[in-house]
Amino acid sequence: MNSMNTAAMPAQNVSEKVAKPVIDEKPETAVITEGSTVGQPFADDPKFKLRNVEVFYGENPAIKNISLDIGRNEVIAFIGPSGCGKSTFLRCLNRMNDSIDICRVKGSLMLDDQDIYDPKRDVVELRARVGMVFQKPNPFPKSIYDNVAYGPRIHGLANRKSDLDDIVENSLRKAGLWDEVKDRLDATATGMSGGQQQRLCIARAIAVSPEVILMDEPCSALDPIATAKVEELIAEMSESYTIVIVTHSMQQAARVSDRTAYFHLGHLVEVNDTDKVFTAPDHQLTESYITGRFG
Amino acid sequence: MQTANLLPLILVIAVIAYGLAYMRSRTVAGPLGGIRNLKALPFYYAARAALWCAIPALIVLSAWAAFEGKVIQNLVVGSLPSELLPQSAGEASLLMSQINNVAAGKLNPNFVPADVVGAADKLGALNAQSSQFKTVLVVLIAVLGAAFAWSRVQPQINARENVERTLRWIFFACAAVAVLTTVGIVFSVIFETVRFFGKVPITEFLFGTSWSPQTALRADQVGSDGAFGIIPLFTGTLLISAIALLVAVPTGLLSAVYLSEYASKSARSVIKPLLEMLAGVPTVVYGFFAALTVAPFIRDLAEMVGLEASSQSALAAGLVMGIMIIPFVSSLSDDVINAVPRTLRDGSLALGATQSETMKNVIFPAALPGIMGGILLAASRAIGETMIVVMAAGLAANLTANPLDSVTTVTVQIVTLLTGDQEFDSAKTLAAFALGMMLFILTLALNMIALKVVRKYREQYD
Amino acid sequence: MTNSRTQAEIVRQSLKRRYRKERRFRLYGMTAIAVALLSLVVLFTDIIGKGYTGFIKTTMTLEVVLDGEQMYLEDPTDKDQISMADFQAPIIAALQRYFPEAQSRKDVRELSRLSGNYASNQIRDLLQAQPERLGTTQTLEFLVHDTVSVYVKHADNPAYSIRLTEQQQRWVDELVEQGVVTTSFNDVFFSRGDSREPSNAGILGAIVGSLLTMLVTLVIAFPTGVAAAVYLEEFAPQNKLTDFIEVNINNLAAVPSIIFGLLGLAVFIGVFGMPRSVPVLGGLVLALMTLPTIIISSRAAIKSVPPSIREAAEGIGASKMQVVMHHVVPLAMPGMMTGSIIGMAQALGETAPLLLIGMVAFIVEVPEGFFSSATVLPVQIYQWASSAEQGFVELASAGIMILLAFMISMNGLAIWLRKRLERRW
Repeated sequence: MNSMNTAAMPAQNVSEKVAKPVIDEKPETAVITEGSTVGQPFADDPKFKLRNVEVFYGENPAIKNISLDIGRNEVIAFIGPSGCGKSTFLRCLNRMNDSIDICRVKGSLMLDDQDIYDPKRDVVELRARVGMVFQKPNPFPKSIYDNVAYGPRIHGLANRKSDLDDIVENSLRKAGLWDEVKDRLDATATGMSGGQQQRLCIARAIAVSPEVILMDEPCSALDPIATAKVEELIAEMSESYTIVIVTHSMQQAARVSDRTAYFHLGHLVEVNDTDKVFTAPDHQLTESYITGRFG
Repeated sequence: MQTANLLPLILVIAVIAYGLAYMRSRTVAGPLGGIRNLKALPFYYAARAALWCAIPALIVLSAWAAFEGKVIQNLVVGSLPSELLPQSAGEASLLMSQINNVAAGKLNPNFVPADVVGAADKLGALNAQSSQFKTVLVVLIAVLGAAFAWSRVQPQINARENVERTLRWIFFACAAVAVLTTVGIVFSVIFETVRFFGKVPITEFLFGTSWSPQTALRADQVGSDGAFGIIPLFTGTLLISAIALLVAVPTGLLSAVYLSEYASKSARSVIKPLLEMLAGVPTVVYGFFAALTVAPFIRDLAEMVGLEASSQSALAAGLVMGIMIIPFVSSLSDDVINAVPRTLRDGSLALGATQSETMKNVIFPAALPGIMGGILLAASRAIGETMIVVMAAGLAANLTANPLDSVTTVTVQIVTLLTGDQEFDSAKTLAAFALGMMLFILTLALNMIALKVVRKYREQYD
Repeated sequence: MTNSRTQAEIVRQSLKRRYRKERRFRLYGMTAIAVALLSLVVLFTDIIGKGYTGFIKTTMTLEVVLDGEQMYLEDPTDKDQISMADFQAPIIAALQRYFPEAQSRKDVRELSRLSGNYASNQIRDLLQAQPERLGTTQTLEFLVHDTVSVYVKHADNPAYSIRLTEQQQRWVDELVEQGVVTTSFNDVFFSRGDSREPSNAGILGAIVGSLLTMLVTLVIAFPTGVAAAVYLEEFAPQNKLTDFIEVNINNLAAVPSIIFGLLGLAVFIGVFGMPRSVPVLGGLVLALMTLPTIIISSRAAIKSVPPSIREAAEGIGASKMQVVMHHVVPLAMPGMMTGSIIGMAQALGETAPLLLIGMVAFIVEVPEGFFSSATVLPVQIYQWASSAEQGFVELASAGIMILLAFMISMNGLAIWLRKRLERRW
């Protein structure tokens, strides 16, 4: 935790150094002010309504006063340099941070106007609605079929074997994997290629019929061809799901997302339509990042 | 001089050799313009001298000490008149202890035959001679070795390489002790076992259903051969081990699951060492607990519900052994569960699975091979455990599956057969080694399989 | 969208059932831990409950008249007279002063069984040492008989009185009331070797035996284990022989301890003709048994020394051996010592192999050296626990407490060492 602190200090200086020479050009936006995000962070009737969110690891703040709306059926990409808190923020949305003892979350996080962090709130139900796909493909060491059927089984979504078969087939189809694996559903999932594994994990998430899918750098462990397939899949899924994707690759954000949020050292610096972020960002820091001055 | 006293003497000579060689190396270095013109530091010349002094002397000393007793004994027995010569190994050991006792002054010379007294005198004389000769030889070798090394303190010789090579060999020898131990174990059981099978057919031993290695006072006594069927011992061992595992596996496994999944950090830091304390308690304490507390308790309890229980029931020994193995199972399961990658756990939780569903459906199946390996190791522990069963299980070799009955185990029989008065060469004594061999093979097989399973499991996630 | 709404509904409905399962599973875990911890508590309370009386001795203080006539003893310097004399008589006479009615043969017999079996020896030794005391009156403190001692210590528990007659119980009660029979700290227990008589038996012999044995084990196992670990981690080439050694070490770590007893019996006693029952032999066998533990933990300690240290030393031209001896071994030493202490604690509690090499013999004297017959703490406990007299059971429990105290302090030392000295890289 100490390392976070020490890493944060000089970086903050850097940001000021970067910021200072351009004060003349965009004076009102060059410095990060806590809690103020430029662009369009808010939406009407959002899926997620997040206000003044702060996250601490022990004493160290990881997320500093962020407010953001995530709209229904939109694909929003979180970008930013390493350690900027984008993954931490993502994990707040389905409370995957709960298992980290020292992690505390403050502020108001609403999903469909219900508080995510209400102590009475049911994590299981929340996660059934907000699914997640991880950085590294993590299929269970079971058969392909059992991987996809796992969620429906524990939630009791299928009454009959045939229902379950349907769910599995549909999910695999949606994940674009059906044709590749339909003949070997009983084969173990760990024998698949990395790209197939990640699409299987997406299928596994879809099988529970979530409303939101969180994706934490889903393509960082994949080769370009597999990445292309997953991106294609995200584009297709965007019709029926709200998708929040954290990515290191700006091209990917540009390709798949409707809106893009730029994080910097725990601050949410800018949120705008993806096109605008990558062509004419409002904030100097965003511009520096997308033009590759740091990252 | 006694071997124990010679050791410090060798040490003293080695230290002197060290000092002399050190001084000489400095003297040699002086005219050359300082120690940097030597091939090695003075320390290495000195250390080499000490090694040259000590190692040959130690080797000779240990060889002498190892065979001194046997050689002298043979000389003494050989000097006895033929009518006194022992007919069997049992008589021989009796005669030898008689001679020893006379020589040590523990036995009044008036009570034994004159020849034995003569032999005792001879023994004393031989011992004294051997001791003198040994001392002279060892000291001579030590001094010669030191002198040789001293003469070799020459600037062009690289003493460091010598010393380091020697040290490496010493280190290797230490590592090889493990192999020697295994070889020793195998040899110590194999010879006696082969002799045992010369007396009792191997088929009777392996498939016989009756075990009663009676003490026959006279050779012509009825039933003096005894019965050496190992089946009741193995069923007894398995019965007790099975009870132990029934206690330990669920308890240990669930404890590990609770600790790794639910317990808070502070609770874990208290409970874990407490559990490990169970593993640190000596087995004799568990034996005491089983024999004097648990066994009577079970007997009373059984009587209350109208059952008949032996005061040395298999259940008591098994229960207590189970308690002993709990921490073994729990710490092995803990390792295995923690080796399951976190991403799998997260994957399941993110789908909305509860912790127990994640545990049962994802982590547990993934950890199963490792857990199986751990259980096999625990089983091998239970089978080889001795003190609990010696104290709490009986001696009666009953062929039964009733946990309230008294059964006996392989280890109990080894201890019983080999403590107290032994007659060498009797089938009874040899049987203990045959049992030891069975035990060794069985536990070895279990361990090998378990280690292989666990290693394979580890590699899967590394 | 509507589809997923109903899905959420299904999920919500299943929750109650699933949470019940969750709670049950959690409860299983808690029960398991409770069972384990409860066993520990029961074990300890049982042993303390049985054994605290082992630290108490019961004595009776009597004014004995050393009447030569009564003892059939005229000259205490005459060995023949001493061996024939009746030293029990003055004790009985002294007791009869409290109970004048006890005159019949049966009464006298019962009376004589109140004092310990060695009480008469106490008078004999006194007279042999100071013959001039013959004919005088002395106030002496005797250990009472085991049955009396147990009865006095457990006055509230009728189960312990069955071995005294009712008359004896009455007498003892009377003597306790008059302050003749008293209890005090059991110094005998800490100053003597074993005895056939529980109240006369001590644990000092076993403690000294254990210390001597452990010393041998330490001297053999620690250097050998460390050297083997250094070889395997630093010097061993990658070949079949090395693999074979490693397999051997791993398997030896799991070989039942009793097998090492067979090894000691067949090889060290049988082939090399070493004497039985001596600390050197016991220590050697335990050293071979502990070696794998020490090697494994030492290797872990060596592994935890970061390669950067090695590279730094090699970088300035140190030889491989110098790197190891100057840097790696000193840095790994705390870890090696911790592992060795834990291994030694195991060896201290080990019983089975020592039974086979004769350390189970009945030994009264406190051992004097590495080559004198000795027993060790766990074996002594085993022997007492297998004895019939009630007095030995409490001694066994008391012995267990002492053994556990040794082991706990050794483990405490190991933990302290780890906390104090171990570096985190």
